[in-house]
Amino acid sequence: MQQNLRIKTGAIVAIILICIFGIIGFPKSLDGLKANVQRNIHLGLDLKGGSHLVLQVQVQDAAKTTADQAIEAMREDTRTRNIAVGGFDRNDPEQLKDADTIAINIHGVDQGKTQLFRSLVSEKYSDWILTPVNASDYRMTMKPSTLLDLKRNTVTQSLETIDRRVNALGLTEPTVQAHGDPATQSEILVELPGVDDPARVKDLIGATAQLKIVEVKNEGPWKTREEALAGKGGILPLNTELREYMSAGASGGWYLISRSPVITGQDMRSARPAADPDSPGRWETSFTLSQDGARRFEKFTSANIGNRLAVVLDAQIRSVATIQSTISDSGRINGLASEQESQDLSLVLKTGALPAGIKYLQERTIGPSLGVDSIREGILSGIVGLIAVIIVMLIYYKKAGLNAVLALLLNTILLIAALAYFSATLTLPGIAGIILTVGMAVDSNVLIFERIREELRTGKSIPAAVDAGFGKAWWTIVDTHVTTIVSCLFLFLFGTGPVRGFAVTLVIGLLANVFTAVFVSKVIFDWELSGDKRVTALSI
Amino acid sequence: MELFKNTNFDFLGYKWPFIIASLVLTAAGFVSLGIKGGPKYGIEFKGGMLMTVKFAGTPPVEQVRQVLTSALASVPTVQTFENGSNEIVIGTEGENDNSLGRNRQIVVDTLAKTFGQPGSGKLDLNNSSSSALASRLLEPLQRAGVQLSQVEVEKLSASVMQYRDERGGLLTKIDDLKAVPGLTQQVLTVLNQESYVAPYTAARDIEIVGPKVGADLRQQAINATLLALGGMLVYIWFRFEWIYGVGAVLAVFHDTLITIGIFSLMDKEITLTVIASLLTLVGYSMNDTIVIFDRIRENLQLNRKETLQDVINRSVNQTLSRTIMTSGLTFLAVLSLFLFGGPVLHGFSLALVIGIIIGTYSSVFVASPLVLFWHNWADGRKKKAPAVAGAKARS
Repeated sequence: MQQNLRIKTGAIVAIILICIFGIIGFPKSLDGLKANVQRNIHLGLDLKGGSHLVLQVQVQDAAKTTADQAIEAMREDTRTRNIAVGGFDRNDPEQLKDADTIAINIHGVDQGKTQLFRSLVSEKYSDWILTPVNASDYRMTMKPSTLLDLKRNTVTQSLETIDRRVNALGLTEPTVQAHGDPATQSEILVELPGVDDPARVKDLIGATAQLKIVEVKNEGPWKTREEALAGKGGILPLNTELREYMSAGASGGWYLISRSPVITGQDMRSARPAADPDSPGRWETSFTLSQDGARRFEKFTSANIGNRLAVVLDAQIRSVATIQSTISDSGRINGLASEQESQDLSLVLKTGALPAGIKYLQERTIGPSLGVDSIREGILSGIVGLIAVIIVMLIYYKKAGLNAVLALLLNTILLIAALAYFSATLTLPGIAGIILTVGMAVDSNVLIFERIREELRTGKSIPAAVDAGFGKAWWTIVDTHVTTIVSCLFLFLFGTGPVRGFAVTLVIGLLANVFTAVFVSKVIFDWELSGDKRVTALSI
Repeated sequence: MELFKNTNFDFLGYKWPFIIASLVLTAAGFVSLGIKGGPKYGIEFKGGMLMTVKFAGTPPVEQVRQVLTSALASVPTVQTFENGSNEIVIGTEGENDNSLGRNRQIVVDTLAKTFGQPGSGKLDLNNSSSSALASRLLEPLQRAGVQLSQVEVEKLSASVMQYRDERGGLLTKIDDLKAVPGLTQQVLTVLNQESYVAPYTAARDIEIVGPKVGADLRQQAINATLLALGGMLVYIWFRFEWIYGVGAVLAVFHDTLITIGIFSLMDKEITLTVIASLLTLVGYSMNDTIVIFDRIRENLQLNRKETLQDVINRSVNQTLSRTIMTSGLTFLAVLSLFLFGGPVLHGFSLALVIGIIIGTYSSVFVASPLVLFWHNWADGRKKKAPAVAGAKARS
């Protein structure tokens, strides 16, 4: 009996030591202790400040781009094969849920070449399903498997690009991960602890950054789009489009540019910010091209000296320049308003373009000052609650109350240590969970103590009453704990971020409670009753 | 010390007044919900933007409401906290995802125009990031002859902002920054030239939720609550008789309804954390009920002659001391959270404070009578059944 008790006590002391080590490590000084606690306890965004963003990849953009590329290629292919075609167009799905409806319409195919046209499609456009509308018109829809691949690739690529951009910001422990069902939701979760300037970072992450360098047709610029259209007699020449020139937020007129880019963002090797040498106070971003891109750029510029080139970023012309001489591997975007803008532009150019636009579904940004306040208030309310409970327990149950208080303190230490060992995140609702555990933890002790008192009243001897009290309260404790854990399970399954943190702390607290209130408390009672003398009174 | 020793209250004898009280409370909640068109959902459930703005003094609520109403397309809500902190919450409801982001910018700009000095060309220390401060100070410091490298200026800016954030995110005057280590008089002069402190900070807490996410979250919350109740019903069914499960779940459902009703009566919002606390209450109130049921089961096994009403009464009396102690202690912990836990947890702890009172009450006065009602009804039917059969045989 005595030896058994010693083994149990040894186990409890060992567990206490392991827990304390998990929380504070081996500190050499007070500062070291603080640093260790900060390293071991992972604070959630709501306590340390930062941004929690949920964004949705607009997969329909990628579907439209793919359709546009197919149209361009078909124009070329039908021309080289002498198949006369009236025209191509595609529908314009605006919402993510309509991405599946992407379709290309082909009008006025030469009826004599029907067979040739069909074999062209089945040979080179096997990702598409061709359906005849009438004798000369056709409609092409994307194969479901291709569409699924496209969606998946678009989301994966966006995730990688956003990850590169977020990492380039130099924050500690940012998170970028897929969110929700990847096949249907196309959502990405971004968590940015300690972010300094959330609005700017949001723009930075969301910039599509699709860059291209295109030829400017030798007309214009026009003041407005309408004027430009009127100047061209209402119809734009084949393979051209109108784009606005924007410089430092002001319009610089509309230009007619080629749809086929000479250089795209994929040809980019590096980019860096610099002061604009031509206009003081303005900034620019200069970039260099990859080998392959440089070769194409050189060939194009040497053949087009005297013509103009435009740098187009996300459907806006950012600079227009006349080709003075052959350029091989570099270019610049000038007229930026601030150093910040040129830095951000270099960052997004370096990290690559997003394959589709993104939309923010949700944002939560906690300022660092609120996080500091929340920690202080959480700790204050925890300590006040704990002290209140301890005082009442000591008054009501006297020495047995001390037993419960020891179990309660151990319960709290176990809970915090478990959070540290599992690298769980402590959130503000998590702190509330700890405080609530304090209240619920004493419940097990109360159940047992009340039962012991009842058993004593029936005239049982003290050791028998203690044993009966623990024995009879056991199943009640199991029942109450299991039901609470069941409700926490659903909180965890359906909740997000902070709410999950709450469920996790409450469950760990309840499990630790079974150990402290039943096992540790019993050992303490056993010590009290284990002397040689016959115990005649129990302080309870 | 013992407060409830060998009590013998006739709880079930007085069940009717309590059941009527429960019904009245539930009905009051329903009426309030009906008049107000359902619960008042927080921003995360309906989509919109919430921005917490902290002022140096008493917030000029009316002025804020006025300038924002004229700047925004829709009328914003401006709320204060009861606990006397100088904070307000500005809310705009979201029509679509684009307007939400725009609204945020409009609110920030309007506040700066009304309470800051945007025309002065100076940087507002209370509403700027440390990187903005660093790039702002770099040149003026060099001009003033302060020998600091770019890295050192960035470090200094970061410690200025840390000093600010540790003091609630608001500086009242720039000269207070003297306490920041490494900040010399020279730097202070430059800071005074280049920056000012506005009497507010908008960088406390911003929440933007798109309307689609809001609807999804609402559905998730309802699913979570119903599934949690279902899970518990199954567990109690498995451990006791099915009617005990039904009684416990109905009692807990009653608690949830009344708490939501009281929130509606008090005009408080149901947020995601309030849902979390409702689910905690479900577990907690269930605890209380199960302790009593456990005792009823035990007493029924010991004594088969007593009527069920007497057994239930005795069981409630035997567990009364525990019920009051546990509820009282949990109440203390939760009350401390309510009083000292800060504005973010206000709704959460309020729901717990209300719910613990209701949950304790319902375990005694709702769950047990329901079990008794069922058994009396079932017994009555058993007695009646042969008579009916007999009547049939005679005809």
